[in-house]
Amino acid sequence: MRRVLSVIVLNEHGVLSRIVGLFSGRGYNIDSLTVAPLAGGEFSRINIVTSGDERVFEQIVKQLHKLIPTYKVIESEEFIEKEMALVKIPLNENLGGLDAVLKAYNGVIANSNENFLFLMVADDATRIDNFLKTIKKYNPSDIVRSGSVLMEIK
Amino acid sequence: MKEISGSTMVCEALRAEKVKVVFGYPGGAALNIYDEIYTQTYFKHILVRHEQAALHAADAYARMSGEVGVAIVTSGPGFTNTITGLATAYSDSIPLVLISAQVANSLIGTDAFQEIDAVGISRPCVKHNYLVKNIQELPRILKEAFYIATSGRKGPVHIDIPKDVTAALGIWDYPQEITMKTYKPNYKGNAKQIKKFVELLKEAKRPLFYLGGGCVASNASEELRELVKITQIPAVETLMALGTLRSDDALNLKMAGMHGSYAANMALSECDLLISVGARFDDRITGKTSEFAKRAKIVHIDIDPSSISKIINAHFPIVGDIKSVISQTLDELKRDQFEIQTQEWLETLKRYQNLYPLSYEDSDEVLKPQWVIQECAKLAPDARIITDVGQHQMWVAQFYPFNFPRQLATSGGQGAMGYSLPAALGAKLAVGEKEVVVNFVGDGSVLMNIQELMTAYEYGIVVINIILNNAFLGMVRQWQSMFYDEHFSQTDLSVQADFVKIAEGFGCEGYDIKTKDEFRSAFKRALNSQKTTLLNVAIDRFEDVLPMVPAGGAIYNMILPKLKDKK
Ligand SMILES: Cc1ncc(C[n+]2csc(CCOP(=O)(O)OP(=O)(O)O)c2C)c(N)n1
Repeated sequence: MRRVLSVIVLNEHGVLSRIVGLFSGRGYNIDSLTVAPLAGGEFSRINIVTSGDERVFEQIVKQLHKLIPTYKVIESEEFIEKEMALVKIPLNENLGGLDAVLKAYNGVIANSNENFLFLMVADDATRIDNFLKTIKKYNPSDIVRSGSVLMEIK
Repeated sequence: MKEISGSTMVCEALRAEKVKVVFGYPGGAALNIYDEIYTQTYFKHILVRHEQAALHAADAYARMSGEVGVAIVTSGPGFTNTITGLATAYSDSIPLVLISAQVANSLIGTDAFQEIDAVGISRPCVKHNYLVKNIQELPRILKEAFYIATSGRKGPVHIDIPKDVTAALGIWDYPQEITMKTYKPNYKGNAKQIKKFVELLKEAKRPLFYLGGGCVASNASEELRELVKITQIPAVETLMALGTLRSDDALNLKMAGMHGSYAANMALSECDLLISVGARFDDRITGKTSEFAKRAKIVHIDIDPSSISKIINAHFPIVGDIKSVISQTLDELKRDQFEIQTQEWLETLKRYQNLYPLSYEDSDEVLKPQWVIQECAKLAPDARIITDVGQHQMWVAQFYPFNFPRQLATSGGQGAMGYSLPAALGAKLAVGEKEVVVNFVGDGSVLMNIQELMTAYEYGIVVINIILNNAFLGMVRQWQSMFYDEHFSQTDLSVQADFVKIAEGFGCEGYDIKTKDEFRSAFKRALNSQKTTLLNVAIDRFEDVLPMVPAGGAIYNMILPKLKDKK
């Protein structure tokens, strides 16, 4: 089962490798990972998408708590979750209907040059999946996807 | 405030933490620290002969004294040699601080001579670690390291200090106290949970305490003895908990698990309320988890929330320090009259104890290891006992009468061969002149850190080492006998060193022993000697450790001494 959680940690040397080491050392999966400092700079927020049953997830949460630099583990059921995807499409493709697709996914043209269009969308993970399926027909020459960023609703 | 060097800070911190003994080994990156050690007078530095030994010695020092153990090593290979020691202390939750030197900051990341990513390597083997990038953070890091090592669930903490930081000058403002935003161990048990726990105790028909290393770590022996006494609830102990209760306490069913007593394992299998106290449900105890304490409600008391329900689902978790939680429980229990109806249960257990007590067949032709262990207990009651890893370790656990906590130091969670000789030295330094320290070791494991006889000689650290010599890697041989058609692949040690000469070569005393009389007289000489002694005792080569639960089996399915003879 897919699980998402956020960990607030002291923004100090080696803290990310502690978290990643915890997952790899215990054989837990990391499906995606995003990190950035919080305002003030003392703490960082690490967003993790993982998978596993109830027991595994409970262990992950406890083990994250156990790390000395961990301030808080947020495992809210209700997160706003957004991922970003960047897509590079050759200009010589037939671009008919692209506008409609972008509109449907709240996407924009982020940039362009003489050879390519660069598209950008931000949405939840399943909608990003769908967007990337749809966009296939324009033969994208590159796709980059970020991990999830999370914010609890409550 | 006056500025001092990083090296001085290290020594000042050790002074502030009242550290009396440090185990270590110098090298290039550690030169500044060692130059400071040369002039300071606060602590004694013991030069071991291998960095792994520094960690094992500091570890046993901590186990025996209840204080923190400290080691100092140099960068690169000096540091990598400590990993087994760190892992051992981490598995058994032993408070240690390791200070390793690192190449200078300007060289980090350049593959410099003796550079290694020390914090990267130690991370999974320690409770926490630090790379000190800047002299300004050193006082805080030193204080935090001691605080983290000795609080909550205890464990080793590693500080890696680059050489330039040891030379740099900084302001010495050692914090008196530490408050960390992210680390706040919880000691007291939740009052509501304790009330519920007491209700469960009162209702249970077949309750059982399952005591683990946490009982020793939190110095809760007195409280637990009282709790067992007033409730008349029986208890089993793990290897790490031996000595928490007296061995002759009728309610002590002795060690449980793979080589546990029949009564202990049956009690675990048949209880209806299992109260885990600072134990972690190691697979050497549980055997097949689906068969473990199947009929029991589980109360799980532990200071480490991540231990709870990790392996066996707990119905009633209590997070807190064992000593606090047990005191709280006693207070709650004593609030009113109660009588726990365990009579029938105790009778059943008595029957199990009588049916298959821990036993062995003695012989006059060849020395039995169990006899040697019991004889040692007779000649030196109240000795502090150290073991290495293997059959001898399990025989000591089964047959030595442990009567007080911290009487035994042994590598439980890792089972690290090579532990015991350096550990014996650390233990002796912790307990002092008056107490006897006896190290039981195998003929295999003794060779893994035998160079520490040199350390014993140099510093006049007097311990008695007993090699239970079966000319085999005995424990592995036993598995090969039972499960691998007696294919003794790489376990026959019948080509032997002359251990007496080795001992003498290191300035110690040695004796070869083949008979009971020889053992008695040599042991008495060792007790009166001013030197470390090595007794090389030839024992029955094919003696097995029994009972035994085959790995992965249910713990009520034991291979028992008598049943084995019938086969
Ligand atoms: C460092 C290390 N290597 C290997 C092992 C695996 N091992 C466990 S017990 C054992 C045999 C120990 O033999 P010995 O020291 O002679 O003791 P005995 O079992 O004969 O009492 C071995 C090899 C271990 N526990 N630790």
